[in-house]
This record gives sequence, C-alpha cells and structure tokens, in this order.
Amino acid sequence: MHDNVFDRYHASESLLHRLDPRVKVLVTVSFILSNALIPDGTWLSFAFCWLLILLANQQARLGLGFTFKRSFVALPFALAAITVIFSIPGRTLAEWHIISLILVPTDAGLLRFLSILVRSWLSIQMAILLVATTQFPDLIHAFEHLRVPRILTTIIAFLYRYLFVLTDEVFRLLRAREARSAGLPGQKRGGSLLWRARVTGNMAGQLFLRSYERSDRIYNAMLSRGYSGNLRTLHPHIMRRRDWLVLIVMLGSLLLIQLTGWIR
Amino acid sequence: MNYSPVPMHIPDGFLTIFVSIICWLITVSLLAIAIRKTNKALGEKQVPLMGIMAAFIFAAQMLNFPVAGGTSGHLLGGALAAIVLGPWAAMLVMTAVIAVQGLLFQDGGLIVMGANILNMGLLTAIVGYGLYRLVENRSTKTRLATAGVAAWLSVMTGALATALQLWLSGTAKLNIVVPAMLGVHSLIGIGEALVTVSALAFIFRTRPDLLNATSTSSQGGRGWVYAGILITLLVVSLTPLASTNPDGLNRVAQDLGFFNTSQAAPYQIISNYKLPFLGVTPLSTILAGTLGVLLVLGLVFVVGRTLRKRKE
Repeated sequence: MHDNVFDRYHASESLLHRLDPRVKVLVTVSFILSNALIPDGTWLSFAFCWLLILLANQQARLGLGFTFKRSFVALPFALAAITVIFSIPGRTLAEWHIISLILVPTDAGLLRFLSILVRSWLSIQMAILLVATTQFPDLIHAFEHLRVPRILTTIIAFLYRYLFVLTDEVFRLLRAREARSAGLPGQKRGGSLLWRARVTGNMAGQLFLRSYERSDRIYNAMLSRGYSGNLRTLHPHIMRRRDWLVLIVMLGSLLLIQLTGWIR
Repeated sequence: MNYSPVPMHIPDGFLTIFVSIICWLITVSLLAIAIRKTNKALGEKQVPLMGIMAAFIFAAQMLNFPVAGGTSGHLLGGALAAIVLGPWAAMLVMTAVIAVQGLLFQDGGLIVMGANILNMGLLTAIVGYGLYRLVENRSTKTRLATAGVAAWLSVMTGALATALQLWLSGTAKLNIVVPAMLGVHSLIGIGEALVTVSALAFIFRTRPDLLNATSTSSQGGRGWVYAGILITLLVVSLTPLASTNPDGLNRVAQDLGFFNTSQAAPYQIISNYKLPFLGVTPLSTILAGTLGVLLVLGLVFVVGRTLRKRKE
C-alpha cells in the first residue's frame, strides 16, 4: 500500500542509472569527503562542485533542478551552527543588543557559517542523486563489495524489505487509535500527556511483539526455502570499461576542484 | 507521512574530517565486537531477527503522540532496544536504522555517519543497558523506573556527544551548543522515558519470557554496569563544566591536540548567555539555552503551520 513512500529510486534509462553501484557509492563518498576538505570561503571550488552536480542531474535525465528541490532537508540543523557567526574573532559587522544579550557577528564567523551550509547542501544533493539512480538492494550490494561486513549489510537489506510491512502495521495501530479517540468537536479528546505517552508506549510494545513473532515466522519460511545465510540480487555487478572511465574522470575532477580550492 | 527527523542527526559538512574519522574509529571497533558477540549468541537466526527488529525501531519512531500546540513526541528507541535485545544486538539494530535514515532519507550525512551511529546507537545502548542491568534482579517496578531514567539519560548522552562533536569541529560555540542541545533533549528525553517505560510494562505484562531471556543470557559481566555508570557520571559532571566553565574543557581539548587539527577558533566570550535573575549557575545557562531553543522551536512551528495551511 505504501510502496512508494520510502522508495527514493526514480526509474529511468540513463548513464547514471546503468553505472555500477560501486562507482556511484565511491564517487558520492569522495565528493562529500572532498567537500569537507575544501577550505572555507573558496566559492569558486564550491561552484565547480555544484556544476558537477548539475551535470550529473542532467546525465541522469532527472531534470536540472531535481536534487535542488529536495536539498533543503538538513536546513533545520543549520541552527546548531548559527552560533559560529558570533564566536570566531574577526572584523565586526554589527552589534545587536537583545535584552541582556550582546551579539557581535564577525566576517570570519559569517564566512565559516556560510561555508558549512554550502558544504552540507552540496553533500546532500550528491547523496540524493545516489539513491535516486540506484535501487536500494543494489546499493546495499555495492557496500558489501566495498568490504562493509556482510551481517550489517544483510540486516540493512532486511530492514528495508520489512520496513514497508511494519509501516503498514504502524498505520493500522495509528488508525485504531484515531478510531478509539472519537470526541465531540470543540471538546478536548483523550487524557493528560502522561496518558497519551502511555497509549503510545503500549502501541510500541504491541508493535514490538508483532514484529518479534513475525521474525520467527519469517525465519522459518526462509529456512524452508533454502536460506543459507546471505541474500542475492539478480543484477550482476561487473566493472566495465565505462565504469572505470567514469570513476577516473570523476575522481580527477574532484582532485582539480581541490586544487582550485587550495591554490590561490 | 508522519516520519519526523530527530534533531540529532548531524548532516555532512558540520563536522571536520578529523572529528568524523575519530568517531568512525570508535564506532567501527565497537561494531566489530558487537558483530562477533551476536553471531556467537544467535547464529544463523541473527539476520532475520535483527533485521526485523531494526525495521521495528524504524517503524516505532513513526508512532507519535501529541505533546502540546501541534508538536508531537516520538520514540528514538536506543535504550528500549538495548533493554529488550541486549546491548550488542541493539548496537547493530540501531546502526542499521541510522544507516538507512542517512542513506535513503538524507537524515544525517555519510561521512559523519560514524558520529551519528556513535551518538544515537552505541552510547544510548551502553547507557540504557548499563543502568538497567544494575537493577536486573529487583522488582518490576524498580526495573521500570530505572528503565525510564536510563532512557532519559541515553537521550541526554547522545545530545551531549553531538554538541561536543560540533564544538570540536569549530561548528558551534561550546557554552551555547551544550545547553541548547541538552535543553531541548531534556524535553525529548521525557517523552522517550515515558514511551520506553510503557512499552516495557506492556511487554512485561504480555511476554515476560522475552525480557528475562535477554537479561540472563551471557551479555557480558558487570562491565556494562560500570560503563553505563561511567558515562552517566561523565554526562552529569561535564554538563555544568561545559556550560559554565568552557575554558576548562577548552584546555582539555588543547592538551589532547584537538585544536591543532580542527579549525576551531581560539575562544572568545562575547555574549553572556545567562538569565540575569538566576545568576551565574549551570542551571541558569541550561534554562537560558532551553528558553532560546523553545523560542526557535515556536518560530519553526508557526512557520511550519502556515506553510501547511497554505498547502491545504
């Protein structure tokens, strides 16, 4: 029923979709790593990074603005970095008095804050692109090839597979609560905060038991179908010449971006 | 879709490479032990059980309850998982949850995932299980009460670790980020504690065998209790120190050589982040932080509500 709520894959035929998932994972991780290494305030390098993302967007046939539209999910976290504007010594830009608080934004602080924001914004776009062009099982498979312990990747694969089932369970529980919580309009429904938390706790406990018992059934079903300890995918992962080429070109351009950032 | 992110997932770009790598090292070494231990205890059955349990934690985070004024609380699950499944299994389960949140929903970054796993998966499991283990053989009431305290503390530990990592990366100011993170999470933690306790009480009533099975199995000796208590003491003692006397922590960081590698600036106190009528006490700083955060949350809430209305 909710099969597309959690699925971030956008089916399409493109170079990026056909690329070996290992290449995509490596390039994404290197891109984010490279972002973290670019010095503060080198806007030219950041601009090159964005250009790279736009190009990749275009190559993936998702539309130029595809990742841009979805790139603001981490913005609320910027609150955590906002203090940096006032804490790094530099040229004073203004002086604000708020009740007993004196806030002095500095140019160095602002530079650092903006750099942090841009870095995080660029990194997120690349991650969005990765999951939009790679099916999740292939992604997990790629991580397995990249030496992530098999137990971990298999647990993650399972999590993904049963996420939809358990989410349905959650929706049933929530719907049942809605149905029980009828009330006259304008009147308070339900009890105190404590009571509400307890109801939710009972639902969590119920969900736990249902999941636990389901895991038993699933295990038995898997055993009877010949489960031997690992999951399979139908897509063979072979590095072709095109994959190597893209990998080398992308890593090379990241290196160039680093150079533009550090040599001034 | 009521999937709501938790304000503890650090996105990429907010931590320096150095801090990220240190966190990865700690995370990877703990996970290596966890994989070995659970493999021995569960064998082949491990994968389906823990996969489903990871999906359970993920799904349980969507069970929300209205708190006040349109905001809602929900479970994070680290302590609950550790108490029900044992600490090692909980670590793997939480790692899978955080990995999927980061990979699929960009809720937390990739390079900083080591830090996110450490904060929300490993530390919460250690604190949650360690304190619970202390009262393992006591009455159900004591166990439930302790589980509540453990759940609250596990959230606080994660928040403090997040704040410290942000500060070490030069991303936030210590005497603001610590009280702000702890302030807002002391409220989130209450919801966590309430839901954890009621969920546990429910399991006690319906399937007590499950809870006794994990607590008596070989999960390691008293080490958990010591580790849990140690981290708790660290949180309790570091909080006032970080809030009122940031220079103390600064010196520690300098001695450890953090500042040579991270891009943090030399410290400079410009604002005095205190409530005037309470004087210079840790309480005042934490309250000020909480107030500030509540203000911001209120703002976010108002903006969010108007946006939602427009959409409808």
